[in-house]
Amino acid sequence: MSVRDDREPLGDATELSRREFLSVALTAGGSLLLTLNVPSAAGAPGHTAAAPLNPYIRIDPDGTITIVAKNPEIGQGMKTTLPMLIADELDADWSGVRVEQAMLNPIYGPQFAGGSLGTPLNWIPMQRVGAAGRQMLLTAAAHAWHVPLEDCVAERSTVRHRTSGRTLGYGALASRAAALPAPDLSTVRLKTPAEYTIIGRFTGGVDSPRVLAGEPLFGIDVQLPDLSYAVYAKSPVFGARLVRANLEELKAQPGVRDAFVLRASQPDAAIKMGLVDGVAIIADKWWDAQKALRTLRAEWEPRAASNQSTHAFALEADRLARLAPQSVLRRDGDVETALAHAHQTVSAAYAYPFLAHATLEPQNCTARVGRDGSVEIWAPTQNPAPGARLIAQTLSVDPSKIRVHMTRIGGGFGRRLNNDYMVEAAAIAQHARRPIKLLWNREQDLQHDSYRPGGFHHFTAGLDAEGRLTAFRDHFITFGQNGHVASSAELPRDHFPAGYVPALQFAQSLIQLDVPTGPMRNPGGNALAFAFESFLDEIAHAGGRDPLALRLELYGPARVLPAPPPRYGVTPPPFDTGRVRGVLEDVARRSGWAERKRLPAGTGMGLAFYYSHFGYVAEVIQASVAPDGIPRIHKVWASVDIGSQIINPAGAYNQAQGAILDGLGQALHLLVTLEEGRVLQKNFDTYRLLRIEEAPPIEVHFVRSANPPTGLGEPALPPALPALCNALFAATGQRIRSLPINAQELRTIAA
Amino acid sequence: MHFSILVNGERRVVEADPDTPLLWVLRDDLHLSGTKFGCGIAQCGACTVHLDGVPARACVTPISAVGTAPVVTIEGIGASEWGRKVKAAWLELDVMQCGYCQAGQVMSATALLAKNPHPTDADIDQAMHGNICRCCTYTRIRAAIKQAAGLPTADTREARS
Repeated sequence: MSVRDDREPLGDATELSRREFLSVALTAGGSLLLTLNVPSAAGAPGHTAAAPLNPYIRIDPDGTITIVAKNPEIGQGMKTTLPMLIADELDADWSGVRVEQAMLNPIYGPQFAGGSLGTPLNWIPMQRVGAAGRQMLLTAAAHAWHVPLEDCVAERSTVRHRTSGRTLGYGALASRAAALPAPDLSTVRLKTPAEYTIIGRFTGGVDSPRVLAGEPLFGIDVQLPDLSYAVYAKSPVFGARLVRANLEELKAQPGVRDAFVLRASQPDAAIKMGLVDGVAIIADKWWDAQKALRTLRAEWEPRAASNQSTHAFALEADRLARLAPQSVLRRDGDVETALAHAHQTVSAAYAYPFLAHATLEPQNCTARVGRDGSVEIWAPTQNPAPGARLIAQTLSVDPSKIRVHMTRIGGGFGRRLNNDYMVEAAAIAQHARRPIKLLWNREQDLQHDSYRPGGFHHFTAGLDAEGRLTAFRDHFITFGQNGHVASSAELPRDHFPAGYVPALQFAQSLIQLDVPTGPMRNPGGNALAFAFESFLDEIAHAGGRDPLALRLELYGPARVLPAPPPRYGVTPPPFDTGRVRGVLEDVARRSGWAERKRLPAGTGMGLAFYYSHFGYVAEVIQASVAPDGIPRIHKVWASVDIGSQIINPAGAYNQAQGAILDGLGQALHLLVTLEEGRVLQKNFDTYRLLRIEEAPPIEVHFVRSANPPTGLGEPALPPALPALCNALFAATGQRIRSLPINAQELRTIAA
Repeated sequence: MHFSILVNGERRVVEADPDTPLLWVLRDDLHLSGTKFGCGIAQCGACTVHLDGVPARACVTPISAVGTAPVVTIEGIGASEWGRKVKAAWLELDVMQCGYCQAGQVMSATALLAKNPHPTDADIDQAMHGNICRCCTYTRIRAAIKQAAGLPTADTREARS
């Protein structure tokens, strides 16, 4: 049992007493942290209750320490990282620490996996939780021995009395410590980096042995008594209304228990990733439901999306590009005059496609609706609280009656920030009156995503006689709904080079979009970096400048700029051009950038830099083109500045390498094609994820700057795409202005 | 229909339609859910098991085609020497991110090493081509296979290119 189970339905009497105790303590606590106490009965014979020091830490009498990980685990490593922060300050012996996943519970504050915010939001708070625990255990030992607190030291889950050498394990101290008043979290002393014993150590993922044992950890693995399986068929054309379906025929299929229709919760549910019209099929085995799905005959009434296609978008973008932009996002100086007076101008049009997330674990969710209308959910969600709210609204259930278990997640990438599968599972379970596990097949998963939106940039730059950038203009043609920019289709006003060029204009026009979009790993950056950093390379070449020197010149001398406004409740650290220089110079040195002209003919190096999610990342790629036109990536060098401390090097290098390869896969292969309001790609035969033989050697180096640590799930991705395209230009003279890279075009160059 | 199959050394009898993929028999009938569903068309390798020691995609293997071939899944692979070594290397190098594909990766890697204890990079590419890792942990997958084989783990492909 653990603190996370404080709302578990009542079991036996022990369960009851513990639950009462916890809820009382939680109510009394106000701030709730460190106010939990354990009844003195914890020491009674035969009683093996654990002593919770606070909602995050529980210590068993045998010394087992359980630490609660509050955020969802999508592979970004937070289930290991956050407990490491607590355990280090607690002076726990990591080998004796168990980690438990929290349920969705307001006592933990924000619980989500997104924005690379796990580290910056929790770096100090989690350390304080651990430090408070250590202080309580030290105080408990001092009381037990009647000695001054200063004479007690904590190490490896033990308190030692310095002068006498006596020791007491944390297990022996736990109940006494838990009875102490909680220290003020804001005043607990945190360690200096020299004192860390766990932070900074190569630490394997806490779930990894269990994953390799095949234990049921993921959403798709959830089992419940009397569980049935569900599939939910929706229109391949977004937002269509279901007119009729052959329900009786479906019900007659082998193994099928029921088939029924659910209706959209609101007219724009498709765009908003809510519950949309569909046919639910319930069976005792998922395969039976899946087989029955093949016999579905449904008539859909198409709506707005049915005229939407990739081809039509391109035509509309061409048309809009010839018109004045619909709106101006930013205007510095007089860009027209500056362009007119430029020594030379460079113009280019860039385009990138829609993309799907393609998490390897298809969307799924398990739901059970009680007789009292309560809803219990087991969901692989990155964002459980909005999922619970969506269910509450759609099913008209009191939010207090919804409980969400967060399962391990087979890939997030932003897909699971939306919770359409959660509301579908809840609605199906409510209608079917039995617990169900909803599982999408791959085709449904690729055809019902919140896509990374495509986009078109029409750039013009003005250069002076020395090749310096004097004017910059972007007419960004993006997507929106009724005049509002679609989710993740924005161009930030402060996007580089804004603020670094005397005359600049960012302007925008919108194409109406009736297909859902949403954040994908490094939203904005995953697309904008390709366009902006490739065009910057064009500017460098046009002006006869070294792309590295041009970037260093634009960012200018090392200086700290004023902090931007808060975002997600976090005040971003101020932007530091010295950190830009730091990673650019580091990656140039390690890759041999200065000697790149000595590479054999047909081999080139490309450079890119991108700042995102508070991280500074510069990458160099060396590449050539094989005779068949396929890019061959020889090597990637990355220099990453995410602050002074790498919390877990095991996860950090893996995240950086994985993000870079993710970006390369997008550049090389990925696109979603829309035709008549539906997505053509249905599986991995046409949606071509990167494979092992395409993954080049990668050298990642962390540049340690004197700044608090920030997140790493996302920032290494964006530079990979332009670094590759810039390398291919250096190798072949062919500029890549549209993704994915077209091997046909490169073949003629290579031949 | 009834099918009697040998899974991880145990005789199991299941009731299923002959066309039911082995994957769903393992996951939903036998509750051996370590083997994962990714695509259903043998494109991603998440469902890789061993049939008679040979890697097979359980999502396209009908239960009726299993016959007497012994089935080994991620739950049972640690019983073999190579399985044990591969899993140990996977943990030592902390290969996984989300972990969803890793059962399939381990099954393919184990089959490779059992057949070829000193694989080259090209051998690894060929044996692991069918296993997608959406988190792109390929760098560590390659290193872990070499580590399990007792080979140097440094990525030396660039030096030879």
